[in-house]
Amino acid sequence: MLEGVSFDVAAGSALILRGPNGVGKTTLLRTLAELQPALAGTVEGAEDAAYASHADGIKAQLTVTENLAFWAEVHGAAVPDAVFASFDLDSLRDRMAGTLSAGQKRRLGLARLGVIGRKVLLLDEPTVSLDAFSVKLFADWLEAEHLGQGGLAVIATHIDLGLDAPEMDLTPYRAAPDAGGGSDEAFL
Amino acid sequence: MSIWEYANPKKFITTTTPIIPWIFGAAGLCIAVGLFWGFFLTPDDFRQGSTVKIIYLHVPAAMMAISAWLMMLVASLIWLIRRHHVSALAARAAAPVGMVFTLIGLWTGAVWGQPMWGTWWAWDPRLTSFLILFLFYLGYMALWEAVEDPDSAADLTSVLCMVGSVFALLSRYANHFWNQGLHQGSSIARVEAVTGADTQERVSNVFFYPLLVCIVGFVLLFVALVFLRTQTEIRVRRTRALVARARREAGHA
Amino acid sequence: MKALLIRDLRLAVRAGGGFGLGLAFFLIVVVLVPFGVGPEREVLSRIAPGILWVAALLAALLSLDRIFALDFEDGALPLLATSPLPLEGIALAKALAHWITTGLPLAVVAPVLGILLNMEGPTYGWMLVTLLVGTPALSMIGTFGAALTVGLRRGGLLLSLLVLPLYVPTLIFGAEAVRRGAEGLDGVTPLLLQGGITAGCVALLPFATAAALRVNLR
Repeated sequence: MLEGVSFDVAAGSALILRGPNGVGKTTLLRTLAELQPALAGTVEGAEDAAYASHADGIKAQLTVTENLAFWAEVHGAAVPDAVFASFDLDSLRDRMAGTLSAGQKRRLGLARLGVIGRKVLLLDEPTVSLDAFSVKLFADWLEAEHLGQGGLAVIATHIDLGLDAPEMDLTPYRAAPDAGGGSDEAFL
Repeated sequence: MSIWEYANPKKFITTTTPIIPWIFGAAGLCIAVGLFWGFFLTPDDFRQGSTVKIIYLHVPAAMMAISAWLMMLVASLIWLIRRHHVSALAARAAAPVGMVFTLIGLWTGAVWGQPMWGTWWAWDPRLTSFLILFLFYLGYMALWEAVEDPDSAADLTSVLCMVGSVFALLSRYANHFWNQGLHQGSSIARVEAVTGADTQERVSNVFFYPLLVCIVGFVLLFVALVFLRTQTEIRVRRTRALVARARREAGHA
Repeated sequence: MKALLIRDLRLAVRAGGGFGLGLAFFLIVVVLVPFGVGPEREVLSRIAPGILWVAALLAALLSLDRIFALDFEDGALPLLATSPLPLEGIALAKALAHWITTGLPLAVVAPVLGILLNMEGPTYGWMLVTLLVGTPALSMIGTFGAALTVGLRRGGLLLSLLVLPLYVPTLIFGAEAVRRGAEGLDGVTPLLLQGGITAGCVALLPFATAAALRVNLR
């Protein structure tokens, strides 16, 4: 339900999206990932984008390694060994994902981003249920391994990741009431 | 002036509202005349006696049961290709009408079959095909009801309608393969014999003309019902849209 | 696609109930039938192909709603949709995984259960062959139905209503081929027709399935 949003994110940098609940951060990210069609306008370059939210498709009956290997193979990549260290999963490699704690599972979900080799990350509240240490871990990985390698990221979050990135408040772009409603328009 | 202008919901309603009563009237007139003509002014069949006269309900209903599905298929394709909402809603509106025609066809068939074949129900291929068609209608309508977002529902039912059409056709031929059936020489075959060749004996025209009037009546009835039900669907959507807008405005203020 | 197939098979094995549940259901239906129709050997041996086919169909139906629902709930489906895999390929891999976990074991076990129903000599071979040829179509059609109902809260019952009418041609040709084969008639024609249906389903339904998935992921 946003209108007139426009931004540039250069390679190697990130953009933080802010705004109260329900303003349309998730909608914007999903639209950028081409998971849902834009009501107006077009999206380009989505084939190199990866979308991630709290539902990260981790299977409880697979081990940590198997989960990561699956997503790597789907994207035609291999699992780099460094990923386990970056997300502090080294000691958990052969544990079933179902036995992990919520925070560990979340780290596994984020580690998926490290094996799929996408340049553009669209992150929706990536740090939910992470402790301060893990948040730092993730921010470090993002800065060193992703942005440092020429990737870029658009992140919707409520907490401070400690990244050196511009922030954008979406509140002013909230669409006028009549602009919403999608397909119902035809009947008014 | 293109035909697609009528795909505008408002235009559809303003165009159809004045003609719906006329179509209903014409349908009622045709069916009344056809049935009266058929029931009282035609002789009994020399083999089937007066039971043959149920043909005036059975054949038109059966024809419309299939035609309704074809109309839904065309409307679904128009929706998928051109995204006209009226088209999707017309397909939705036609489904219950087609289902009722299918039921009438099945019911009159059973009533006709009882004295003719000595049984209410036989697993005759044409009967079976209609039963399966009935199930397709049920599934199609259930899917419309189950999906909340109207556009998604229209997309999903359109895909189902296309796939269902193929499988309905397959089922028909599979049924013929499975059981050769009792229907030969009865309803449709008779009509085909009548319409097909001028060399047929003249006497069959006696049955044919009232049947034709009944068929025209059923077609008009179908058109009128679909127009009316499509109008209802459009108004439901319009009400939803207005309520949503009112809520948005209230929330914004 | 291979990765997805292997993952789904692994999940089916580890989650339990993937292989076992469908087979147990199949067994129970076959055991219940004689209680319903009486133990006469002639009657049972005559209706055995039909019973086995209908039971296989119901057993295949049992696990359909899990094809996409689990991946939809934990968010794997949208992630797969944005991965380089085409959705059509995902549909095909899912159907194949479903067939390997249900259709294939059912086909292998059906002749064994035929003993319970007093099935006769040549029928065993026909039963195995028709099930092998026909069950892939059941899985593919079922995958399409599962894609239609994936976002719905109570999709299970609706799924049966949508899918069962679509199963009619496969069932007719399958049971017909067994019956004709058992009576020493020409069972090859219905078998070939059934093979045609399976080939058509595998070739075309992935596209319809992918279209339905795209709508449901919006």
